[in-house]
Amino acid sequence: MTTTPLAPGSTSAYAAPDALGRFGVFGGKYVPETLMPALAELEAAYQRYRQEEGFQQELQGLLRDYVGRPSPLYFAERLTAHYRQPSGAGPEIYLKREDLNHTGAHKINNALGQVLLALRMGKRRIIAETGAGQHGVATATVCARFGLDCVIYMGVHDMERQALNVFRMRLMGAEVRGVAAGTGTLKDATSEAIRDWVTNVETTHYILGSVAGPHPYPMIVRDFQAIIGQETRRQCQEKWGGLPDILLACVGGGSNAMGLFYEFVAEPTVRLIGVEAAGEGVSTGKHAATLTQGRIGVLHGAMSYLLQDSQGQVVEPHSISAGLDYPGVGPEHSYLKDLGRAEYYSVTDGEALAAFERVSRLEGIIPALETAHAFALLESLSQQLVGNPRLVINCSGRGDKDVQTVMRALG
Amino acid sequence: MRVSERFASLGSRCALIPFITAGDPDLETTAQALYRLDQQGADLIELGVPYSDPLADGPVIQAAATRALGRGVTLDAVLELVQTVSPHLQAPIILFTYYNPILNRGIPQFLRQVAQAGATGLVVPDLPLEEAESLLRPAADQGVELTLLVAPTSPAERIQRIVAQSQGFVYLVSVTGVTGARTQVAGRVADLLHQMRQMTTKPIGVGFGISQPEQARQVRDWGADAVIVGSAFVQRLHQPEPAAGLQSITDFCADLRHTLDQP
Repeated sequence: MTTTPLAPGSTSAYAAPDALGRFGVFGGKYVPETLMPALAELEAAYQRYRQEEGFQQELQGLLRDYVGRPSPLYFAERLTAHYRQPSGAGPEIYLKREDLNHTGAHKINNALGQVLLALRMGKRRIIAETGAGQHGVATATVCARFGLDCVIYMGVHDMERQALNVFRMRLMGAEVRGVAAGTGTLKDATSEAIRDWVTNVETTHYILGSVAGPHPYPMIVRDFQAIIGQETRRQCQEKWGGLPDILLACVGGGSNAMGLFYEFVAEPTVRLIGVEAAGEGVSTGKHAATLTQGRIGVLHGAMSYLLQDSQGQVVEPHSISAGLDYPGVGPEHSYLKDLGRAEYYSVTDGEALAAFERVSRLEGIIPALETAHAFALLESLSQQLVGNPRLVINCSGRGDKDVQTVMRALG
Repeated sequence: MRVSERFASLGSRCALIPFITAGDPDLETTAQALYRLDQQGADLIELGVPYSDPLADGPVIQAAATRALGRGVTLDAVLELVQTVSPHLQAPIILFTYYNPILNRGIPQFLRQVAQAGATGLVVPDLPLEEAESLLRPAADQGVELTLLVAPTSPAERIQRIVAQSQGFVYLVSVTGVTGARTQVAGRVADLLHQMRQMTTKPIGVGFGISQPEQARQVRDWGADAVIVGSAFVQRLHQPEPAAGLQSITDFCADLRHTLDQP
């Protein structure tokens, strides 16, 4: 068992963010003054502990024994055969099995790293926002593990469609506070978590769950998730002695995608593809396709692409998947898009549902509805590929939590 | 009149700055409210531009913004209102707006329109010092003063840099938290005021959480140059009948003014 250091070795040509927390024009710290000292404190703590051997040993030990890392890189044989064309062309599809982590998604990687920071900063109260509930569950889990007070903000609409995760959080001792503002989804839960943090900042650490929010969050969350890509590199090396050709991941805020991509950003032969939620279709206005349909704006502390109306009011997004139902996106994704380094596409609710069923039947793996969006892009992408490129999908979470939503949607 | 000029004209008198949300319950009532507040002794008036994601605001102002947006109130409509009303007011209007609507409009165009409408002050609660640089100089060029905020959590070294850059006055946030009424004002505000006095000659206004005349007087006695009262006005204005809301804020403003004018 090798331990993987946080600092990536291969991305030296790509140094972002800068000292002000900027990824090009994106990122920054657009927050009330009250939070500025806390962000500075968090950044200082992170810069100190990321280097410290004791911190790394504790984190790596927990990732191994508590989370169950490394997660496997699994060859999806039947899915590969399904997309094999008569000519023999088609991708070799591998799944990075983050769904096999403790709590069933990649979110635990970040929650664990941040809770260890919180403990070292002397913060005994933890808050978090959650959409699908996976980040809320991960946060409730690490708080139970370390005996910390935990409050999770969740939109009332999401509490209904992710009832199973609400129960899991409460079972582990977290208080789940419903947020009725707006559409009662992730955006509103995040705003309310930030308000709580503004009010209780001296005793509280906010475990933000995506590569979004004010600096240093996009950097910290990316770095704690970067283990996904680091393991993938090693596993590709073991399996075929080379790099993957294509990486594919779903993007809401973008943490699982960034976790997979980051290790390979400086590898120009590796195609990076993110998939957003087109909801009922981008032409209907009921979607969450921020990178493909949004304009530059500021939400929840960061400048990034944003779904907004002509007056600069943030519009309510829509996706069948609670975890992608967000009008913003992590600033580093906006940066990678504008650099032309990563490509972003969107798929509809219907396409995601079809992929949810397809992967369940062909591989015996029920993916999260979020993850199903990444699988759904295979329908069009695999037709365009030449030869047999090795394609790694971040299988970012398991779909048990979504079964009721899917039952309703499929009638 | 510029915000700084208004403060200069007041001498040692403690200024009263009410806050209301534009377009709640409707723009006509907002116009009437501005006239009434001006007549009842408001020295400056903060006018909130409704925004979909008001991170720094508590439930009362959030709800007011949601109601205004629900009625279709836009930035253009708010600016039009300011243009109509401001020539008739003694109190300068300070626009309180989040950053995204500014960015969406484009900074130069936004500032031009604000200046044309006759608002002379600007408060942007999600634009801390580091990000405010993009707005400070262009605002000054248009004759609009951008006031920066100091929080109870701000370290001394940071306060020093904020007061140096803030225009018009310095906005001291009296609570670690969002806007909204509190039962008492933290004693820490007295220390912060004292500390800031050593750093700047600019006027210092204290806001967030002040909802009662007695609290306003206490903040005045601690040495504040201005008291900003927001949620308490927004709450009073929110009545089934606009006339009742207007009467309520008229009485409340007079009450605050009276208390602040007592020795």
